[in-house]
Amino acid sequence: MRKVVTGNMAAAIGAKLCKPDVISAYPITPQTTIVEYIADFVADGSLKTQYVKVESEHSAMAACISASNLGVRTFTATSSHGLLLMHEMLGWASGARLPVVMVNVNRAIGPPWSVWVDHLDAIMQRDTGWIHIFAENNQEVLDSMIMMYKICEDHDVLLPGMIHEDAFYLSHTSEPVDIPDQSKVDEFLPKYKALVKMDLDNPLGFGSLVMPDNYMEFRYKIALAMDNVREKIIEVDADFKRLFGRSYGGMLDLYRCEDAEYVLLGAGTTASTVREVVDELREQGKKVGLARLRVFRPFPYEEIRKLARSVKAIGVFERAFAFGYMGPFMAEIGGALYNTDIRIPIKDYIIGLGGRDVRTKHIHAIFNDLEKIANSGKLDKELKWFGLNDGNRPEEEM
Amino acid sequence: MIEIRFHGRGGQGAQVACKVLADASFREGKEVQAFPFFGVERRGAPVTAYTKIDDRPIRVKSQIYEPDHVVVLDESLLKSVDVANGLKDGGFIVINTVKDPQDFRQRYPNARIATVDATGVAMSHGLGSKISPIVNTSILGALAKASGIVTIDSIQAAIREVTPRNKEENARASLDAYNNTRTWEDTNDPSGGN
Repeated sequence: MRKVVTGNMAAAIGAKLCKPDVISAYPITPQTTIVEYIADFVADGSLKTQYVKVESEHSAMAACISASNLGVRTFTATSSHGLLLMHEMLGWASGARLPVVMVNVNRAIGPPWSVWVDHLDAIMQRDTGWIHIFAENNQEVLDSMIMMYKICEDHDVLLPGMIHEDAFYLSHTSEPVDIPDQSKVDEFLPKYKALVKMDLDNPLGFGSLVMPDNYMEFRYKIALAMDNVREKIIEVDADFKRLFGRSYGGMLDLYRCEDAEYVLLGAGTTASTVREVVDELREQGKKVGLARLRVFRPFPYEEIRKLARSVKAIGVFERAFAFGYMGPFMAEIGGALYNTDIRIPIKDYIIGLGGRDVRTKHIHAIFNDLEKIANSGKLDKELKWFGLNDGNRPEEEM
Repeated sequence: MIEIRFHGRGGQGAQVACKVLADASFREGKEVQAFPFFGVERRGAPVTAYTKIDDRPIRVKSQIYEPDHVVVLDESLLKSVDVANGLKDGGFIVINTVKDPQDFRQRYPNARIATVDATGVAMSHGLGSKISPIVNTSILGALAKASGIVTIDSIQAAIREVTPRNKEENARASLDAYNNTRTWEDTNDPSGGN
């Protein structure tokens, strides 16, 4: 059934459909309504779960970890500073190989205080051993939750995963969402079966000390599990399409890239706006495309190499900056291409930090800039902070 | 695509209004997108909200800069906010006021004006308090009447779905406002308009 709902409502409905046994979360703008909607579902009896109220995000994640250790499905949601407060526990979830699933509403880090979208909160969790998926619209928020449990709970994976939705552009934006039938979700996502769990009749040690001659192997196994995620994502995406009729392109979501000469690559709702501009430019005969970085961890380096072999230039758009270097996606893409013979210009556009509106005219300006680079093969500069107010130039001027 | 921009004050229900309009249009088979520009949430502070309506899925995720119509939930905003900014020629500005449309003609020469006493309508239906009337559902009735972009039936159905409380009073208020909306054309046509 199609219904007009916000991204946060889509997340709450997603939680309801996936039937977590334990939910623990702490409210923070702009995630708050997820917590509220779930509380409503628990209160009206439509969601049977143990809803654990806690005093912080750190405790919310600790509650999910403990419950997951007992072999049950868990869910939480947070944003920005709340995610940062969870950071210590995030490493515990992956190290203990627990398939906790979370929705994070991407919000800027303060100060200066901001409640608007920025991807740095997600990027700062890059190395925690979590799977990261960035959603483009409310439908993808809901669908990704169903797929994420399936991926995380696979015994070849057993890792936690987070789904990122842009603050306000998804969290508080209402758009039509197809809400799948519970019976179909149950068919797609059977009850979680833990490989190992806490059991009084079968006592085991959990999270205990390992000596230096063993620690490295535990880390290596996480690396292997993360590599397994690549094929699982493609497999689960195909299964999802068969049952629900929707697909998200697997590891890297390519749009009109087949014969593209220059493409933009990036994540989140900006990609949705880029899609519109790609169609406009294609009408004018420009060979442009979009590569949407849907999965950030594991990083789609093979897909990006393949794409880079077929285009003349790549522009990276990102709502985050890694201080002291460049945009985080740009750094990763550079790393993916270095040990190859691919030598195409790549330019990094930092755009829309702290919720600054990204409009079609901005994307047109970026494509114009990229066209010059693609045609000349020359990069004027690696990095552009796009649309900074300097008081006298219009923001779309390059 | 039809784009509507709402100007209101925190507590008047602009956020719910943009959602009700989207839900109403969706009921008529349209694709929609609705969102508030989230400022600091304070009662009385100026707020902006947006609804986009189209025949195909809406992919652009940005605010509205060139609205087809503008809805003003609080007349006092006209002093501090340029509500007509970017408004397309011939687009309506729907204002919550006791004044007549012609009182705004000079100020907004390129716009069509519709007025309704949404505060009075809301109060007569017991929506909100005298200091803080909830005018969102009333003014949506006026928007439906003036612009014709959506039927009052769909607005009422969406109100029953989306508004958190007083669903019937809100639905009746929207119809009441619909029937009491004045446009410049109405008030200057000797035959009485319509």
